[in-house]
Amino acid sequence: MSRSFKALAAVCAVAAMTACGSDSSKSAKPSSPAAAPDAKKVDAATASTITGKVVLDGTAPAPTPIRTDSDPACAEGNKDGLKSESFVVDNGGLENVFVYIKDGLGNKYIFDTPTDPVKLDQKGCHYTPHVVGIRVTQPLQIINSDNTMHNVHGRPEANREFNFGQMVAGMKNDVTFTVPEVLIPFKCDVHAWMYAYVGVVDNPYFAVTGNGGKFELKTIPPGTYTIEAVHEKLGHQSQQVTLGEKDSKEITFTFKAPSQ
Amino acid sequence: MRTSDPRSPTSVWHHRYAKLVAACTVLLIAAGASVTSTDSGLSVPDWPTTYGWNMFAFPLSKMVGGIRYEHTHRLIASTVGFLTIILAVWTWRIESRRWVRWLGVACLGAVILQGVLGGITVLFFLPPAVSIGHAGLAQIFFCLTVTLALVTSPGWRAATESVDDPMLRRIATAATALIYTQILIGATMRHNAAGLVIPDFPWSFGHAIPPMWDPRIAVNFAHRVGALVVTLAIVATSSHVLYHHRGRRELVRPAVLLLAFVAIQVTLGAFVIWSRRDVVINTLHVVNGAAVLGTSLVLALRSWRGSVVPEFRGSGVPVPNRAGSATGSAASKPTPVEARP
Repeated sequence: MSRSFKALAAVCAVAAMTACGSDSSKSAKPSSPAAAPDAKKVDAATASTITGKVVLDGTAPAPTPIRTDSDPACAEGNKDGLKSESFVVDNGGLENVFVYIKDGLGNKYIFDTPTDPVKLDQKGCHYTPHVVGIRVTQPLQIINSDNTMHNVHGRPEANREFNFGQMVAGMKNDVTFTVPEVLIPFKCDVHAWMYAYVGVVDNPYFAVTGNGGKFELKTIPPGTYTIEAVHEKLGHQSQQVTLGEKDSKEITFTFKAPSQ
Repeated sequence: MRTSDPRSPTSVWHHRYAKLVAACTVLLIAAGASVTSTDSGLSVPDWPTTYGWNMFAFPLSKMVGGIRYEHTHRLIASTVGFLTIILAVWTWRIESRRWVRWLGVACLGAVILQGVLGGITVLFFLPPAVSIGHAGLAQIFFCLTVTLALVTSPGWRAATESVDDPMLRRIATAATALIYTQILIGATMRHNAAGLVIPDFPWSFGHAIPPMWDPRIAVNFAHRVGALVVTLAIVATSSHVLYHHRGRRELVRPAVLLLAFVAIQVTLGAFVIWSRRDVVINTLHVVNGAAVLGTSLVLALRSWRGSVVPEFRGSGVPVPNRAGSATGSAASKPTPVEARP
């Protein structure tokens, strides 16, 4: 056997060895601001409320029918058809908008972080809910309720990206986020139409608009705050709101419908 | 046993096998293009396993949605990898030309590196640099297999006339380099989701030159300008062949084919935009791009044959020509460029 042939055999051996890769573990460093030494809990007796509505100015794009026949299990579970959830409008109000206090709380208050997980379910080959809010370090439990395979691909920018598979119905995985980030897209690459959005914040004042585009933020201490509304397609808007003790304010965000 | 007779059964079958590997590589490029066209590159989150399964044991019933594209790509890639191992070993064992033996090794090295890049890009969530490298190396590997298939062909080995036309060498080589550069720009556009950032064609936002710029618009526009440059280079090369070498079939055929492929490619490129990245059209655009590159490479290699390609420069082995007489180092008399009346 010539020396050159031995070299060729060595190259083949390298080819076999390179097939033995392994996934790397992931972790992220927390960077949320710490509470001040004199930080206190919010006094519910003097707290205030912000209610409001997100309005869509113009005609919403018609929900796009989604073809799910690339996976028989998805087609079976959506005999009535599946439509995109980017523009859900009820009585002029835009649903699935994430609203939260972006600024103004500083580090004057202490907020307990819930340990109960927020659930994001894959059911009927779409995410339920479509938009969800969560606190920094609070577990987000992702569930596969479908009789098919999903991959869960979170695509944050400030937090750590991840992608894992859920092969059978009933699988659950918890993920946490270490820094605030609004909104983090979730995607299933197996079913290209599946998207969800997660808003991660470091305070308890957030909501997702529901019927009629309405939202409510409760138990807010007096002060001046920047309230931001974020939509997956239409971007974000913000308003400043000043609250006194036991105050109640109503605000409206108006997003312009995209040109069609 | 090494052989120098291109008409021996072993050489003939070896050449056919090399062509098979090149054809399978086209299929592999098509599979890869379908993965990016359907945006399903991460539908299988692990590598080299598939959802924890040995990839060859992954059940067909679970190949749904994007998994179908990504896992099929992996299976074809593995098959091409195995075929390439056989090609490299077979070439090493039977080929009398040292440089061709090493060409087989280069094929193997390229396919290994390509597999590793494919795995890395999945594990690191498709970083554009790695994905572009994966796309660029795919074309390099294809070029290597095409070259191996070409230089093991009886026609190549038995040819008695070199092409003594420095101009043809220059423009054919330049055209090939430009095509490859254009493919890299296309891959950069594809892996930065910039294919539709300029939504109209042939105009750009209704203008000849985009009225606004950002990196994605720039790469998209560069691909459009590149298409024009490549088309001109190919027209120049093919016209040169048809004007000066009309009697040489081995040059005329790739020259004509090149014109056809580039016309198809520009048409497909336009329809990629007009169809809003239809999966089939988008995939065909990548595959036909490889066909343009491979054909241009064949033309360029044939133009260089007898100059730097050591066929005529006396490898010490006389090679029978088509008429059956032996040729060797002494047979490298160049044929002057045909002058048109």
